Amino acid sequence: MKLKENISKYIFLTLAFSSISALALITVFIIINGVPIIAEVGIINFIFGMSWAPSHGEYGIFPMIIGSVTVTLGAAVLGVPIGVCCAIFLTEFAPPTLSKLFRPAIQLLAGIPSVVYGFWGLLFIVPFIRNFFGGPGLSILAGSVILAIMVLPTVISITEVSILALPKQYREGALALGMTHWQTIRSVILPSAKSGIVAAVILGIGRAIGETMAVIMVLGNAVAVPESILDPVRTLTTNIGIEMGYASGTHRQALFATGIVLFIIIMVLNATAQYITRKKK
Amino acid sequence: MRINPKVSEKIAKVLIWAAALFVLTVLFAIIIYILYKGLPMINWSFLTEIPRNMGRDGGIASAIVGTLLVTTVALVLAVPFGIGTAFYLAEYTREGIVRRIIRFSAESLAGIPSIVYGLFGFIFFVMYLNLGWSVLSGGLTLAVMILPTVIRTSEEAIRAVPDSYREVSFSLGGTKWQTIIKAVFPSAIQGISNGIILGIGRCVAETAAVMLTAGGALRMASSLFSPTRTMAVHFYILAREGISMNNAYGTAALLIILIFIINVVANALVNRFTAKNK
Repeated sequence: MKLKENISKYIFLTLAFSSISALALITVFIIINGVPIIAEVGIINFIFGMSWAPSHGEYGIFPMIIGSVTVTLGAAVLGVPIGVCCAIFLTEFAPPTLSKLFRPAIQLLAGIPSVVYGFWGLLFIVPFIRNFFGGPGLSILAGSVILAIMVLPTVISITEVSILALPKQYREGALALGMTHWQTIRSVILPSAKSGIVAAVILGIGRAIGETMAVIMVLGNAVAVPESILDPVRTLTTNIGIEMGYASGTHRQALFATGIVLFIIIMVLNATAQYITRKKK
Repeated sequence: MRINPKVSEKIAKVLIWAAALFVLTVLFAIIIYILYKGLPMINWSFLTEIPRNMGRDGGIASAIVGTLLVTTVALVLAVPFGIGTAFYLAEYTREGIVRRIIRFSAESLAGIPSIVYGLFGFIFFVMYLNLGWSVLSGGLTLAVMILPTVIRTSEEAIRAVPDSYREVSFSLGGTKWQTIIKAVFPSAIQGISNGIILGIGRCVAETAAVMLTAGGALRMASSLFSPTRTMAVHFYILAREGISMNNAYGTAALLIILIFIINVVANALVNRFTAKNK
């Protein structure tokens, strides 16, 4: 009996540690395959280099970093206010029938393959931008709009959870002071749920900066520093997605090095979000 | 100037309603458009024929089978490891360094972009373990990717089982193992299945990670070591290279229907689970 207990305990322990060793394995394999080229080119030249020409052995990813940052910021600017409003809607205003429709809809939004978003963006958003704002249409703006839609489920669900977690007394106290519903939301609920909302925004940004297939179709993928939001760009993710199919040798290493940069950005964002949510508890 | 609280209440309410309705509209616009264009394409031969002419003609049978195979491989691995990890977290650890490490790792895995999973799967499974572009490489990569989903939902389900269940089992002389298998697991099974179904959803929808690890072969996979493409990859290649818009719409419509069914099943499970544990 005792033996069986111990065996089962160690089986669970082994399963748990094998699961998390995946993270170590990913980290190690991405790093050992990308670091040699960074060492060869020099980290400054790699990160701040303006020219990406694998056929000439030039590996500078600065335009891609700019691409990722601008597209993601655009997505945050467009998506976060809408997402927070939707969360407020769900927790404060939605009639039960509508929220019964809304929640599964958001779930569906989260489940639709990202390629389908990209395709839809290519069919509707890109021509719309081309016709109304000018430029090629394939642009930072198009990518930001698609990503803004895609980060909504993350932003909405985490914000909603943090609003629902607030003690009922906050709301009652505010109402007892004679505040209107909106005053309660603005000056009691949103400030108290702030850390949850910040975590939601960070995780949303993480999703946006890591997304590949949706933006690969609408960004135009040109390796150049954009001058306006109507210019095409390439992001860190799409750089890997486009070239990994045929890359070999140092070119492939450079794509892994691009992966390292992406990986570091994501890990920092995740750790920050986890830190914020933990501190709140 | 101070705005009258009643006026600002009205403005805020209108804006919030507008945001919510806007999101619903966008979602329905996407779904209805894809279904409108794609549903007429779906018929028996579309589902059962192998793509011909790079996918211009014929159906998507091999992509459907590819999706099924890759997803199955992913589940066979992710389910035992995920559930085991969840049980270890919920039943065997206390708040402390071990739990913090496991949870940090699981949440970090959840945040890693799929393209990075693709890079990892390519260099580790395809090259290092020499499995080549294959069903197996794709499935293994997806297994790692859905692991955090299975862990998180299973752990929540296990924690939702009331402590009284465990106490009764212990008081009857049950050991910890017996308690887990006979008292906790049966009560958590619906919540755990929900996690598995969400994992299936992620596998079906994934493109970047599968593209780099399973290859893009159009023919029917004959073993775990044959290269294959999934429906999502097939759709991407058809749409991006403009091979056949009609078949692309058909594939996308089928994907959306699948995701919809998966979500409905997952929700039904959650509802039954929460109803039972009240």
